Amino acid sequence: MGWLSEALGSSIGKKFVMGFTGIGLILFLIFHLVGNFTLYGGPEAFNGYVHTLDIVKPIIRVIEVGLGLVFIFHIYNGIKLWWENKKARPNDYKISAKSKNTTFFSRTMIQTGSIVFIFLVLHLATFWWLFNFSGEPHEKGDAYYAIVVEWFQIPWYAIFYVIAVILLGFHLNHGFQSAFQTFGWNHKKYFPFIQKLGTVYAVIMALGFASFPIYFLFFYGGN
Amino acid sequence: MSGKHLNLKLKIWRQSGPQTAGSFVDYQIEVSPDDSFLEMLDELNNKLESEGKEPIAFESDCREGICGTCGLVINGQPHGPIPKIATCQLHMRNFNNGDTIWIEPFRAKAFPVLKDLIVDRSGFDAIMNAGGFISVNTGGVPDANEILIPKEIASASMDAAACIGCGACVAACKNASAMLFVSAKVSQFALLPQGKPERFRRVEKMVKVMDDLGFGSCTNTYACEAECPKGISVTNIARMNREYFLAKVKSKELEV
Ligand code: HEM
Ligand code: SF4
Ligand code: FES
Repeated sequence: MGWLSEALGSSIGKKFVMGFTGIGLILFLIFHLVGNFTLYGGPEAFNGYVHTLDIVKPIIRVIEVGLGLVFIFHIYNGIKLWWENKKARPNDYKISAKSKNTTFFSRTMIQTGSIVFIFLVLHLATFWWLFNFSGEPHEKGDAYYAIVVEWFQIPWYAIFYVIAVILLGFHLNHGFQSAFQTFGWNHKKYFPFIQKLGTVYAVIMALGFASFPIYFLFFYGGN
Repeated sequence: MSGKHLNLKLKIWRQSGPQTAGSFVDYQIEVSPDDSFLEMLDELNNKLESEGKEPIAFESDCREGICGTCGLVINGQPHGPIPKIATCQLHMRNFNNGDTIWIEPFRAKAFPVLKDLIVDRSGFDAIMNAGGFISVNTGGVPDANEILIPKEIASASMDAAACIGCGACVAACKNASAMLFVSAKVSQFALLPQGKPERFRRVEKMVKVMDDLGFGSCTNTYACEAECPKGISVTNIARMNREYFLAKVKSKELEV
């Protein structure tokens, strides 16, 4: 299988890994957002949703391992690409005209990605860890919804959450169409549509996820 | 001739050799708006020579946008501010009296500066030698139109073949990636029946050499297409990626 690792290690191969894992994460985000909307249904709806996931826990665990690997490959390859690409131009230009020939989103993938990564660590350390491995939800008696409310009412947490998901939207706005281009799916018949679809997707994700902390911080009046 | 003369301040990268450190040197010049950019540099060099100073080294040959030697980075843009032209086709009427113009060489690890504004682009030759050709055994002259090629295919191939190998795509890319150039060369052959027999080996070898030379990886910012003097489309990069995946899955060669 030497040919395979060689292929995936080439410049185009690394891009393929980025695109493939990126699309995996894009699909995951859709399910994640749809599930989270049960928060607007109140404690019963959300806790019910968490319980439904609990019933199929073995399957969820397998998916989680897969998702973890996808994240690791995406982040490892992204940092590697960024580092190697920096080395490909050791002396930069005195005058930059990058804003004339590229979009802001395309130039800042490593920055937006890195902040999403910091967010991810915090996100896992709070909700995922508390839900799965701390006694907290059970001690307080089915307190999944309560935990979410509690965290989202902490201003710094809510504000960081909003900033991070907006930057995630920036990342997705470039990443969505970029993955299609990487796979070679660029045709003038449909590519303009792909680019628009990517922007729509990115806006929905950013606004969708940002809506939860905004709701619980400003508009939630308690049960 | 038309218009008033322009008084310009030039900040030009001077570097005496590949190993020495370079820096920007200021020059003041008065030019006609009808001058081309390279004529301005010629005039400046005449002046420098008459003063007994070392002229500025830059490359040019055809001066009509077909040889690809004349690339300069002008105020941060390869081939200057006007789209779809080479530096030699840029005229001073596109600048204003009193402007400051920064002139830099292409900058990439794979394009080391040789002197002043001249860089070594022989990496492109190495990529071409790896697969930018078709192997034709000698024999009788084939009849015209013996191999039928649909017009759209021929046009797409010719569009890709319009690449003049200037390297502006590398210069423009934040990753110094050569994907637009290599994809244009891969596409021009891969599209035509004559290029099909060697298509897998070609793309595998050309990409391998491109990677080994230290060009960066594409991140789809599309700066290359925006700055390419021939308007080569990034759809060629998409085509090359398809060719590459297909080659990796189907080609018989385990080592490239
Ligand atoms: C849910 C989270 C994420 C999603 C949905 C996502 C999605 C994507 C997509 C679709 C691409 C485009 C791939 C391509 O061009 O073929 C991409 C590129 C990239 N991602 Fe992410 N990403 C996420 C998180 C991250 C994180 C945490 C990092 C951490 C450093 C990161 C770093 C990068 C970088 C540097 C690129 C640019 C690579 C390139 O264009 O070649 N991403 N991402
Ligand atoms: S693709 Fe365009 S910019 Fe790149 S070498 Fe060819 S002509 Fe020059
Ligand atoms: S001198 Fe030949 S392309 Fe400019």
